[in-house]
Amino acid sequence: MDHPDPDPRPVPSPSRHRRRDALRDPVLRAAFAQGRRDIAGPALGTVAMGLVVGVAMAQSGLGLGVVLATSLLVFASTSQLACLPLVAAGAPLWIVAATACVLNLRFVVFSVSWRAYFGGHGRPVRMLLAYLAGDPVYARFAQAHPVAPPDGHATPQQQGYFLGLALTNWAAWQVSSLAGIALADVIPAAWGLRFIGVLALLALALPMLGDRAVRLSASGAAAVALATASLPMGLHVVAAIAAAVAIGIWADRRWRPAHAT
Amino acid sequence: MRLEADLYPGVAVVLLVLVTVGTRSFFLLPDREPRLPGWLRQGLRHAPVAALLAMVAPELPAIHAGAAPAWHDARFLAVGAALAWFAWRRDDITGTILAGTGTLMVLRIGFGWA
Repeated sequence: MDHPDPDPRPVPSPSRHRRRDALRDPVLRAAFAQGRRDIAGPALGTVAMGLVVGVAMAQSGLGLGVVLATSLLVFASTSQLACLPLVAAGAPLWIVAATACVLNLRFVVFSVSWRAYFGGHGRPVRMLLAYLAGDPVYARFAQAHPVAPPDGHATPQQQGYFLGLALTNWAAWQVSSLAGIALADVIPAAWGLRFIGVLALLALALPMLGDRAVRLSASGAAAVALATASLPMGLHVVAAIAAAVAIGIWADRRWRPAHAT
Repeated sequence: MRLEADLYPGVAVVLLVLVTVGTRSFFLLPDREPRLPGWLRQGLRHAPVAALLAMVAPELPAIHAGAAPAWHDARFLAVGAALAWFAWRRDDITGTILAGTGTLMVLRIGFGWA
């Protein structure tokens, strides 16, 4: 039988079509450019830390393959710095994993907030976006978009902004880590690279101190961190977060009763 | 024994990657909304800045008993410059970082401070 096909072109799969159109959205692209601009300063901290971690990895005595794999895939500066000496010394794997978990615990808390923006997307997308969301990405995004979209599906503007922040930050990390590995012997300690990373974190924290309750909880966090700084495995950060949440709940009840539940 | 020793670093790297992925996407893994009590959800708004400051505080030189007195410590002045910039140009994160980093570089590389 003869069935002339009025439309002989193959029909593209609907989701691929949507994604391609989404990436052409001018709102998304403008937001992407804004994200790239907004991450530029904090990226200086990322670059500094990337160099520090690269140098540390190159000087750790581990094989080049391990170093490169770590550099490309782990993407967690505090874990890498703390765990590489453990691996180089042959520490038990459970200690390496536990140390990394504790040091990354703050990201577990961040993921509660990310849920409001990305919860509506598929799981692989959610995991990939979260993987890319380091400290400066979280801080910048939270400041620019404090209100979550109603259905857990980020708006094109939020998507573009997030990608601008995250992809730029990731690229900065990769380049600087590799540079650190390659230039390990020639980077002078006098540059104080690690402290530049500290300055970046401080700069990211300051705008978050918007109200009295947060300032109080933040002071408590700093005090607890200093008091517990000698604890191993970055536990002082966990202690500080716990203290801040406790103080914050009290302070919110007292000073922002309309907001507190 | 030799095979185990060869595998050890590779397995460690795999574990580290899994930890990064798992911790960053922890509450994003379930398809259904995780049920956190309201008071905790509210309280968690204090967590991010607490985490950042907890990483910063132990590294600040004024509180740390450093070798050089505070006025001669480039890091101390770098933090001062950063805070001053922030106080002047509120919410300019990039400028704050540059002010602090610039001060640090000038004092360390230009003047040879510690």
